[in-house]
Amino acid sequence: MIEFTIWDILRNLLLATRWTIVLSLVSFVGGGIVGLGLLFLRISKRAWLQSLAKYYIELFQGTPLLMQLFIAFFGLGLFGIDVPAWLAAGLALILWSAAFLGEIWRGCVEAIAKGQWEASASLGMGRLQQMRYVILPQAMKIAVPPTVGFSVQVVKGTALTSIIGFVELSKAGTVVTNATFQPFTVYGLVALIYFALCWPLSQSSQILERKLNVAHRNH
Amino acid sequence: MNYQFEFGWLAEYYPQIVKGIGITVELIAVGAVAGISLGIFCAWVRALGPAWLKPIVALYVELIRNTPFLIQLFFIFFGLPSLGLKLSELQAANIAMVVNLGAYSCEIIRAGIQATPKGQFEAGASLAMTRFETFRHVVLVPSLQRIWPALSSQVVIVMLGSAVVSQIAAEDLTFAANFIQSRTFRAFEAYIVSTAVYLALAVLLRQVLAMVGGLIFPRRAAR
Repeated sequence: MIEFTIWDILRNLLLATRWTIVLSLVSFVGGGIVGLGLLFLRISKRAWLQSLAKYYIELFQGTPLLMQLFIAFFGLGLFGIDVPAWLAAGLALILWSAAFLGEIWRGCVEAIAKGQWEASASLGMGRLQQMRYVILPQAMKIAVPPTVGFSVQVVKGTALTSIIGFVELSKAGTVVTNATFQPFTVYGLVALIYFALCWPLSQSSQILERKLNVAHRNH
Repeated sequence: MNYQFEFGWLAEYYPQIVKGIGITVELIAVGAVAGISLGIFCAWVRALGPAWLKPIVALYVELIRNTPFLIQLFFIFFGLPSLGLKLSELQAANIAMVVNLGAYSCEIIRAGIQATPKGQFEAGASLAMTRFETFRHVVLVPSLQRIWPALSSQVVIVMLGSAVVSQIAAEDLTFAANFIQSRTFRAFEAYIVSTAVYLALAVLLRQVLAMVGGLIFPRRAAR
């Protein structure tokens, strides 16, 4: 039997961490774009667009991410599309994070005082101009801490893609465990790597929140 | 596209689905009660507890909140036996959920405690209550009431996250869906139905938690 040193294990895990990072970035950016679309639907003046976005968000927030992954992976295959694991993983994670980001950002837009809308309307601005010049610049400042905070959920969410066979950190952990028979060490290290990815993000989210509060108090 | 949807055959697997729902419900019931209790204890430690316990609880909370539930589950189920702690699938799933919800609810409840006006503690002290008595009788319930919506959301999130316990062969709803899928190769129907059941469970759980909130919190006069 081959002996595996801690270094052997760690090196293999770190190699797979690349894919966790890539998938997180893709999901976060893609989710942000779709989420922005959802935000605009949610605050549009047409009732049916509003409820469309509302149902989307309820569907994706009310069902397990794992099920969404399964449906993307097995479901799309039935329509004759050959779905590689990375495609299903990326697609499901983008749609899932969009639901959360859209809702987070809606909260931020709604936190802007109604008078701001009215003031910009009285200047003859259209809905899009109001958003672009008056509402979004203010809402963005509030949105930064929770958005950074949510990125932690995205990184952790990528762990589930191991179940449909995408080889990232968690999958590598399972593979390495099967080769080394050292689950305690391997999963301990996997957890530490996730922690190293997530902790700086959640810390900076907290720091940003405190900074924003200070800005608030000075008003 | 020439795939024909059929849901009728699912009736045959009715017992598996019901059993799966039962286990998912059991997991969240135990997880919610024990997890929130653990969260209350940890929040007390972090806000008012003894200094030596604070860093330990802080480490626990940060570790759990910054690692995926799946890895926590694998660590408990596959990793702990090498320390001589062997657990069944269901025990491991239960422990993982309690530990996970404990960390999240700790932070939520702590926010509730910190929002308590300082005068409440002073009032408790002036009635010759100890710090613990003040916490128990004066601070805790209004704190929980303040953050109950956030806590309810977190319980729903943990319930949805429980789908992952199927990966250590705990026979929850997702396990049933996977079982049906592997028997029939009708992935779409199996997963659509179980997803719909999860959605219904999430809606129901929200209602139950709102009801529980209505029962345990005294109705206060409008301020």
